[in-house]
Amino acid sequence: MARVLLFGMLGDAAGWRERTLAEVPATLSALRALLSAETPRLAEALARPGVQAAVDKTLARGDVALTQGCEVAFLPPMSGG
Amino acid sequence: MDIRLQIEPFDPGALLTAFSEGRLETGAVVSFTGLMRAEGGEADTLELDAYPGFTEAEIGRTAAAAVARFGLQDVLVAHRYGVMAPGEPIVFVATAAAHRRAAFEAADHLMDYLKSRAPFWKRSRGPSGDRWIEPTTQDRQDAARWDAPEPKETP
Repeated sequence: MARVLLFGMLGDAAGWRERTLAEVPATLSALRALLSAETPRLAEALARPGVQAAVDKTLARGDVALTQGCEVAFLPPMSGG
Repeated sequence: MDIRLQIEPFDPGALLTAFSEGRLETGAVVSFTGLMRAEGGEADTLELDAYPGFTEAEIGRTAAAAVARFGLQDVLVAHRYGVMAPGEPIVFVATAAAHRRAAFEAADHLMDYLKSRAPFWKRSRGPSGDRWIEPTTQDRQDAARWDAPEPKETP
């Protein structure tokens, strides 16, 4: 199981902000590809410059392996408060 | 150091009073309160998206760096997220230092960071629809002022 969170405009593009996947993709890039294949608008939004991902609340540098029970968040460029 | 991310409104005066209490070696406390602007009726509400757990941790890293850089004794950041209405406080920063210069500069620095680089995603809802707001060029320039290396003091 993996929890996926989308913030800011990514949530609008996907039409959801949080969901749970029964099967955990092996890597962050595999998860990104899975989500992108489902929703073209999300694919476009995820491909925009400055979109980052955090795995278990730590920013991921490059691709990382995903584990059972992990939480993955996709973060558009941060806007400040 | 105290970093708070909350949905509930806060009372800036009460935060400042509590922060200032019992400080025998603090010569200066500086505070900043950010309020939501109505933008001349263009913005009915502001929605701030945050990532609880992650957002405080990231703000905490910058606050800890500011404590070291400016020699602060203490810092408090309270930031709301969720839906806010014009006139409501959004952010509160207080810094405590032995002398005023460090307290002023650290508060200025933290606000520039919070306004431009902190993990929030901001949406304005008004009569002309919803729109996600990016930091302004001014916000980015303000934040970049602190990136330059400190000028060396001449002996």
